[in-house]
Amino acid sequence: MADGNPKKADLAKSIETESLFLGGIKPDKEWTELPVEFKPGNFNYPTKPDIIEKLGFPNPRKWTPLDEDWKLPENWKEIILQALKDRLEKNRALKLFMDTCVRCGACADKCHFFLGSGDPKNMPVIRAELLRSVYRGEFTRAGKILGKMVGGRKLTKEVIKEWFMYFYQCTECRRCSVFCPYGIDTAEITMLGRELLHLLGVNINWILEPVVNCDRTGNHLGIEPHTFKQVVESLVDDVKEITGVKVNPTFNRKGAEILFITPSGDVFADPGIYTMMGYMLLFEHIGLDYTISTYSSEGGNFGSFTTPEMMKKLNAKMYMEAERLGVKWILGGECGHMWRVVHQYMNTMNGPADFLEVPVSPITGTPFSNAKSTKMVHIAEFTADLLKNEKLKFDARRNNHIRTTFHDSCNPARAMGLLEEPRYILKRVVNNFHEMPENTIREKTFCCGSGSGLNTGEYMETRMRGGFARANAVQHVHDKHDVNTLTTICAIDRVTLKAAMDYWVPDVQVAGLHELVGNALIMEGESERTEDLREDELEDFEQGEGKDE
Amino acid sequence: MTFEMNGTTYETDEDGYLLDLDVWTTDVANHLAKIEEVELSEKHWDVINFLRDYYKEYQIAPMVKILIKEMATKNEMQKKEASKYLYELFPNGPAIQACKIAGLPKPTGCV
Repeated sequence: MADGNPKKADLAKSIETESLFLGGIKPDKEWTELPVEFKPGNFNYPTKPDIIEKLGFPNPRKWTPLDEDWKLPENWKEIILQALKDRLEKNRALKLFMDTCVRCGACADKCHFFLGSGDPKNMPVIRAELLRSVYRGEFTRAGKILGKMVGGRKLTKEVIKEWFMYFYQCTECRRCSVFCPYGIDTAEITMLGRELLHLLGVNINWILEPVVNCDRTGNHLGIEPHTFKQVVESLVDDVKEITGVKVNPTFNRKGAEILFITPSGDVFADPGIYTMMGYMLLFEHIGLDYTISTYSSEGGNFGSFTTPEMMKKLNAKMYMEAERLGVKWILGGECGHMWRVVHQYMNTMNGPADFLEVPVSPITGTPFSNAKSTKMVHIAEFTADLLKNEKLKFDARRNNHIRTTFHDSCNPARAMGLLEEPRYILKRVVNNFHEMPENTIREKTFCCGSGSGLNTGEYMETRMRGGFARANAVQHVHDKHDVNTLTTICAIDRVTLKAAMDYWVPDVQVAGLHELVGNALIMEGESERTEDLREDELEDFEQGEGKDE
Repeated sequence: MTFEMNGTTYETDEDGYLLDLDVWTTDVANHLAKIEEVELSEKHWDVINFLRDYYKEYQIAPMVKILIKEMATKNEMQKKEASKYLYELFPNGPAIQACKIAGLPKPTGCV
């Protein structure tokens, strides 16, 4: 962590004593009276002008949130009000979300940013109110006349600053929406808020640079095809060294049965790379006829953190590439928000993908009719089906050094209901698995605290505050069951939770599900396994079962 | 952000990474190293030169694992040893600190 970030004990104390919720503090002012204060650690760097230009987005310029003048376009107010008007007419959900909230408070203490910051504007109800108040004040008759009395306010530059702060202090994780009796999806409000801010050139580099990269090269990191191949081949060498088995991925191979797409973080970031090794071992183990595209080499879609048009464009790449290569269907790796895009938006945006076939596992014959329209299967479903049909040879004792819990990644859990499959796999390939407390898992899972493109170095204090709730639950199973590994199925999680664990629960490492699958697989022609995929030595794993009493 | 050196102004991002790869010189590297409080030795230059060569060929900084493997081979070390060696040379992490001194941009995305 960079200099200037608070020490763990100080931050923990601040959360405990200064927080509205945990500290039992009542603010002395209405939220509308609280000023927006930017300081290092609570904002992400704005987008570089050349990136905005490449995207064709408005108002490229140099600025920082610390400036008094954000150099907004002259007619900034008109732009926002017109854009909001258009969207209220087009987007029925938005109109509903603006009109329906009864302020029951069920969502108030469900947000990890509220729990970690104690800032009332991080209550999901108020986050939505930031927009809703403007809607009332500028668009409803009562609000126009009565203003503040009916919770309406006018759009000002101060409101724009507030939007920037709090729509980027929401990770679009949707935990709050699980508890809303009206089903208001605050993530949709955040998405819309960010969309409006783009019209003024108010946005962050960490999201838009990956978007530009993905648009150009097919992945967020901007990895060129020859580099992508070199990096994967380097991992192939590592797998050979550890297991004695040469795995054989192919690239851009026309006529392969399956196109495999995973986040570029699995190819490039530690510890995602061990998950990538796990996938390749699995595919070799079952003799899967698959290929990887170096042009659509990204499962993630930072376009979904940007605008609907950008999300659509980046999502379309996967399908165009599947069509070009002539595969039957797409197998998707351990990514988080990719699955929200595929499961909830793809069919309306780019579907139906009629040029592909309804996915059928070539190994078990199981049809994945749940993927009938998207033609894209989650690897956890695919592997759980292999295990159920007893198609894998494995020895869970090779993971006896792993004592794990499972972090449900927000999007697979809440946006597609993928709750059982990862657990089904984990319980078979690992001998020691312990759940975190009930209110922090499955659809009620706590966010890593840095999702939706907020995983920057400069945002560390806010991220650690946001990750506190998740870390607290991990601490619990670490204390109670000596858990040393947090397994997850999202590439953002694998980097953000690593930072959160290093900070809050340093004895716990972060792993991908298929890293542990890869560790356990018994490969044909393998050499004696003395190391796991991280090249950490395995000690006497063949002694006893290794399960807890 | 910018910094001045011998009468020339160099542009960097907010974290001090050089914006233009091509304006990098060994003098710039020495200057950046001073800011990072790293005294450059032959061993550091091995790393910096590898990073720049890799970037020229692949248009991205190598992932740490590849850097570790390269240094292990070059110095006839075990990989774990090479990793330790790299952190001794660049205490704030080879990915961050060595890349900055070598004038490479900061990677973005799920990393």
